[in-house]
Amino acid sequence: MQATPFKIPGGLPFVGQRLQRLEDTALLTGRGSYADDLGVKPGTLYAAVLRSPHAHAGLRSMDVNAALQLPGVRAVLTGEDVQRWGQPFVVGVKQPMQHWALAVDRVRYVGEPVAVVVAEDRYTAEDALDLIRVDYEPRRAVVEIDAALAEGCELLHEAVGSNVLSERRFSYGEPDALFSDSRRISTTVRYPRNSCSPMECAVVIAEYLGADEGYDALSNFMGPFSLHAVMALALKVPGNKLRHRVPRDSGGSFGVKQAVFPYVVLMCLAARKAGAPVKWVEDRLEHLSAATSATARLATITADVRDDGRILALHWDQVDEVGAYLRAPEPATFYRMHGCLTGAYDVAHLKVRNRVVVTNKTPTGLVRGFGGPQVYYALERLLDRIATELDIDPVALRRLNYVKADQFPYQAPAGAVLDSGDYEKMTDLALAAAREQGLHERQLAARASGKLYGIGVAAIVEPSVSNMGYISTVLTAEQRAKAGPKNGAIASATVAVDLMGGVNVTIASAPAGQGHMTVCAQVVADALGLQPVQVMVNVEFDTAKDAWSVAAGNYSSRFAGAVAGAVHLAAMKVRDKLTLIAADQFGCTPADVAFAGGEIFNMANSAQRQPFTRLAANPHWAPALLPKGVSPGLRETAFWTPEVLRAPDAADRVNPSATYGFVFDICGLEVDPNTGAVRVDRYITGHDAGRLLNPALADGQIQGAFSQGLGAALLEEFRYGGDGSFQSGTLADYLMPTACETPDLVIVHMETPSPVTPLGAKGLGEGNNMSTPVCIANAFADALRPHMDLAEVQLPLTPGRVLALLQVSDPAPKEMPHPAAAVPAGEGLALKAQGEVEIPATPEKVFAVLLDPVALARVIPGCHSLQSIGPNRYRADVTVGVGLVKARYEAEIILSDIDAPHSLRLAGSGRSSLGTGAGGGLVMLQATPTGTRLSYDYSAQVGGKAAMVGSRMLEGAARIIVAQLFESLGRQAGGKTVEPNWWRRILRKLGVRV
Amino acid sequence: MKPAAFDYVRVDGVEDACTLLQRHGDDARILAGGQSLMAVLNMRLAQPSLLVDISRSTALARIEVRDGCVQVGAAATQAALEWRDSLAQELPLLKLVFPYISHFQIRNRGTVCGSVAHADPSAELPLSLLVLEGQVVLRGKRQRVVAAEDFFTGMLSTARASDELVEAVRFPLAKPGQGFGFREFSRRHGDFAICAVAAVADDRGLRVAVGGVADRPLAREWPLLEGGALDDALNEFAWALDARDDSQMSAASRRHLARRLGQQAVEAALLTRTSV
Repeated sequence: MQATPFKIPGGLPFVGQRLQRLEDTALLTGRGSYADDLGVKPGTLYAAVLRSPHAHAGLRSMDVNAALQLPGVRAVLTGEDVQRWGQPFVVGVKQPMQHWALAVDRVRYVGEPVAVVVAEDRYTAEDALDLIRVDYEPRRAVVEIDAALAEGCELLHEAVGSNVLSERRFSYGEPDALFSDSRRISTTVRYPRNSCSPMECAVVIAEYLGADEGYDALSNFMGPFSLHAVMALALKVPGNKLRHRVPRDSGGSFGVKQAVFPYVVLMCLAARKAGAPVKWVEDRLEHLSAATSATARLATITADVRDDGRILALHWDQVDEVGAYLRAPEPATFYRMHGCLTGAYDVAHLKVRNRVVVTNKTPTGLVRGFGGPQVYYALERLLDRIATELDIDPVALRRLNYVKADQFPYQAPAGAVLDSGDYEKMTDLALAAAREQGLHERQLAARASGKLYGIGVAAIVEPSVSNMGYISTVLTAEQRAKAGPKNGAIASATVAVDLMGGVNVTIASAPAGQGHMTVCAQVVADALGLQPVQVMVNVEFDTAKDAWSVAAGNYSSRFAGAVAGAVHLAAMKVRDKLTLIAADQFGCTPADVAFAGGEIFNMANSAQRQPFTRLAANPHWAPALLPKGVSPGLRETAFWTPEVLRAPDAADRVNPSATYGFVFDICGLEVDPNTGAVRVDRYITGHDAGRLLNPALADGQIQGAFSQGLGAALLEEFRYGGDGSFQSGTLADYLMPTACETPDLVIVHMETPSPVTPLGAKGLGEGNNMSTPVCIANAFADALRPHMDLAEVQLPLTPGRVLALLQVSDPAPKEMPHPAAAVPAGEGLALKAQGEVEIPATPEKVFAVLLDPVALARVIPGCHSLQSIGPNRYRADVTVGVGLVKARYEAEIILSDIDAPHSLRLAGSGRSSLGTGAGGGLVMLQATPTGTRLSYDYSAQVGGKAAMVGSRMLEGAARIIVAQLFESLGRQAGGKTVEPNWWRRILRKLGVRV
Repeated sequence: MKPAAFDYVRVDGVEDACTLLQRHGDDARILAGGQSLMAVLNMRLAQPSLLVDISRSTALARIEVRDGCVQVGAAATQAALEWRDSLAQELPLLKLVFPYISHFQIRNRGTVCGSVAHADPSAELPLSLLVLEGQVVLRGKRQRVVAAEDFFTGMLSTARASDELVEAVRFPLAKPGQGFGFREFSRRHGDFAICAVAAVADDRGLRVAVGGVADRPLAREWPLLEGGALDDALNEFAWALDARDDSQMSAASRRHLARRLGQQAVEAALLTRTSV
């Protein structure tokens, strides 16, 4: 169903033009209507969420009394309430894994919600969080994919019996056939956890209206609205008793706002507990630590390839790490791309093994590019490995294997139907632009002067308009048969004419700044012969009033292909109706009626014309004049679902998306061996996204996706410590590219219309999230090629990683100042402190201090009280701090391995509003002529907020605190340390570090 | 991310600020530009009971040349110093350094003394003060002047007593014959330095300081060195920084940065020496 552009006498259609955004006046003058800007009902209360500082721990008990007694606190929601009024979230994989909106008996990731305080303001609610006492029983955290897979690993969900929640094997064609004239080439990649962090975090306003009416919620949830059913089920109400509204504006979404949905449920329950509307605004720390993440993946991909480079078969072995719970729509990261695992290439044979593992990390979900970055990182690295091993030009290798222009529609072995394209032509266009940029000359010149300069390419197909049934590929054919087939992706839109002939459009697309209003106005203006500014587009979304279905929402680059198409269809229904009315009025045939320039006229007799506003308003005022067979009312809703989308078939083939664009990227980058910095020098991206509805908005989408792809390649990573502590809690720790780091992008377009979508458009919002990380990885490997053959590239390419790869020389000094600390890089926050203190007292005296609680209390810096709770065990109340950062810890101190007066082990653990800390180490005493030399060797681990926001400082802070402790010990035992300050100053002046 | 409750007092003069600090000690914090403090308060990493706001004190915002130094008052913003007309002649090093200090929006509010008092080991202003052999003017019951060398005692730690205000800092004016160099490496423009090196050269010798690696900026003085001798000196210095392996970078890579940026900074300092 290919729409023909309207040939309007005297004017071009608006679709296809670089129309300025209709949204921008409001946004640029501060009239944006974001969730946090909306007024709330009088009496609305404010929520703050208590979150786990532990990656993995049993929840023994919780005492909320002190919090409830704080003036202004109105309620505390706990796991018991959630169990009483709700049920666990449903998910596509049937496993005995329970995921509640609040932890009920165990916490499984840092940041997991444990309780919700509802108070008269957010300040009071946060004060009360510090008053809730939770008794945790820490368990071993499962942090890495390899560990989660290992035999005998700690289990997150005992009832499942494994940390592998799903394993499926697929075979298409004859991948195991022995190809006599081929060899096998393989690569392994690890895609890190990252995100596309929006400026605006989550906002939820919720109210409980009673048993009859259920819940009323407003949030910046973006969809997919299939999850509305998940929310309603978790609240134990029918869907029509969970009214959900989305405001007009959302400050960025990028898939990430899908993860608002558990908090819609949580705040509905909190409102029920409090008996009043509740508002919650997620802060940046909550967002980065606990909202969501892209799925981390470990993938090994192997090709059977002929000597000329032709790929005969692909073998995928993939493990997705989805965090502590499998949360809907996961494991969709796998299955969105499943049908198109062969990418842009014509490969007949395919074998896939998919495993889903849980770890003690934040649950994963939609992040722009969803599944694509992971797949193409493996596939396009493999293509470069093949090119290297067979010594073929990487572009020639790709061309050889491309699906050819005459093969469309092309059915890939796992089921994707690539609808249209000309990959070779797009490649030609992008390479021509690269030549214009002098990319190869730049490389030659850079290499000639000794620089590390690489060129990389990536070729990908970009799926858009998801098949909501693809997720059921995770089930076996038998399970699917039982559950009933699922397929399709219904888009809907409504176009209405008001009493004065004004046109109103409503869509269920929950945009987040992409310009949906503008494009809808362009589409409708073309259909009805109006100016776009005459068309009012309302993008607020109300589940109780709008036309919507499972696929509603803002994801899967579905707007251009599906939503704008549905708008076109709805507008055409209005036009068809007005055509009949006009033909009746003009006394002509419907074929003679035309819409242009704000008028409706008879093409056969141009004297017969009326302003659109008049002719279209009339049916409201004079329904009796409607021609026979024309129903009253000018409000038309169109529902559209792509015919090409079917449920997965018995052979597990699935077409996961309605349409597939193509992206070819080529870039040049330089690596600075002095600093490990990677600078993208030139970047050319070629896109064939079918018909472009508004090229200016298309370029904006590409620019944005590119920035995020650049971030994934060079900067962005959610870091976790070995104990599962989260270490990227601020935007100074989780680094995203700014304008300073983002090079100008050269964009090349080509338009091969989609035969599937109503307007011939394809999605293009995610292509560079998929192509850019691997294009940069390939260029990086090329930059290092003169020095090494880099088989594996780990993203992001941080200076630390790059310098480690470059194996910079580290000449030993003439005199080694300190024994080097033996902490391997990348091991997380295992903090180490070592040192020596000279104490003018005998070892016996020092030992006596350590064993005497009264003296020990004076030794521990910031100790307010210390009480004995057993032999050599103490409970202490200690303020620990460095500089202006301070927190009061409830600590337990244990002395063990006592070998008086030679050594003992001093261990402590504590918790505060900043999280948890635990440390321990050996203290050794050695008699010297002047007293005692005390040496210590400590390690500590810090979790919770302190680790999230202070990872840059913790190492130094731990050293200071431990040093303070032992210097204080020296003072207590000997009256004072032997090095007075004036002596230190003299030493320092002499350049000696003390 | 809301701060715990605190009292707030805005003061005009140094006396009032000092009186409050003497009364409240460590429970009081000076609020100047708030570019570190407000984030720390919002994350509840600190919960002082009193904020003493000096940001509108005109008396404390003065920048003046005194005793061969540019003396910068406690409330003077970084931007005020950065855009001082005579800065390029008075403190050529700071002209090189300011573009690296975060972003202009932050320099518009952040104060010079606040950065010095906070003593972030990656911060550029403490590093600059140290390499220029500047001083910190502390005001408690009485005034005392501490050399930068003695002021920075560790991560976020200084010689300031809890009842003292950093009343001003003093940057010695550039002398004829001096040249300056500055190199910094950070992940993004304006980020915390992973390693920053400032160098001062004249016809007698070199003074080099490194920030971002140790728990405080550290400085070394050498006679004029070249070639292998300079490499050796920088290498000894790099090792003396006591770099540690962490999740970002290995200690060896940090030493590498210190050596390479050190060479570049020294080279720039030697090249920019003015004629006496």
